[in-house]
Amino acid sequence: MLSKTEKELIVQIWEKLLPVAEDIGSEALLRMFITFPKTKTYFNHLDIGPGSQHLRCHGKKIIEALAEGARNISTLTTTLAHLSRFHAYQLRIHPTNFKLFNHCILVTLACKMGDHFTPAAHAAIDKFLSAFSAVLAEKFR
Amino acid sequence: MVEWSAAERKIVADVWGKISIDEIGPQALARLLIVYPWTQRYFGAFGDLSSAGAIMGNPKVSEHGKTVLGALDKAVKNLDDIKGLYAKLSKMHYEKLNVDPDNFRASYLLADCLSIVVATKFGSAFSPEVQATWQKLLSVVVAALTSKYF
Repeated sequence: MLSKTEKELIVQIWEKLLPVAEDIGSEALLRMFITFPKTKTYFNHLDIGPGSQHLRCHGKKIIEALAEGARNISTLTTTLAHLSRFHAYQLRIHPTNFKLFNHCILVTLACKMGDHFTPAAHAAIDKFLSAFSAVLAEKFR
Repeated sequence: MVEWSAAERKIVADVWGKISIDEIGPQALARLLIVYPWTQRYFGAFGDLSSAGAIMGNPKVSEHGKTVLGALDKAVKNLDDIKGLYAKLSKMHYEKLNVDPDNFRASYLLADCLSIVVATKFGSAFSPEVQATWQKLLSVVVAALTSKYF
């Protein structure tokens, strides 16, 4: 359950990140591929080298989807229905990978925000990301 | 047997050299208790954990955070036998403390909090390559802590 303050904090943080969506998203993806190499198996059709166009484009898409989710946090299931279908039926991604990516987003934010990434912000974003991944995985069950 | 390349050993030593146990330990443990509140079940004797502020100001949390990073310090200095080094500690978590290993294994809760605190301190110096080696160290530590459960 997200409190009102947490919901506000989440919207605030994602709105701030939107202008640098490409940087944040591609950095988080790159961190995931380097730190958890098995995750590359889902991307063998793309060029995922540092700074590649695919990486930047895909990173941007992810951050924009997260920001959209943040704006519609009370209706995540319906807002993300298309993404949920896509991940479950077409991409068929093992749901443990969502946790690995979430951790890499948190690390990216921590690096960028430094001390501004307070325990309260960390907790709010972690809860939001796990709610978001739960929606992506829910069509599996 | 875990193998460590010369480059990995250097990254571990560099990162560790810049970490203050007294600063990072308390912060990492406080984040664990704040972000993953179910972990508070193991710290019932610590007194007031009722809010983020209470957790961060709790001297027992702070003291224990230093103890935890003190154990990690030993691992960093014994990279080639972390499993042997942690045998007793693993046994204690299993037999005496009864800690569900999923708290350190399944999603690496404490390890994740520690990485995030380190990332807030290091900024861009915590590059993807550094993160990868750091994650490897924490995975080996977590595996060693889990080893006596079987």
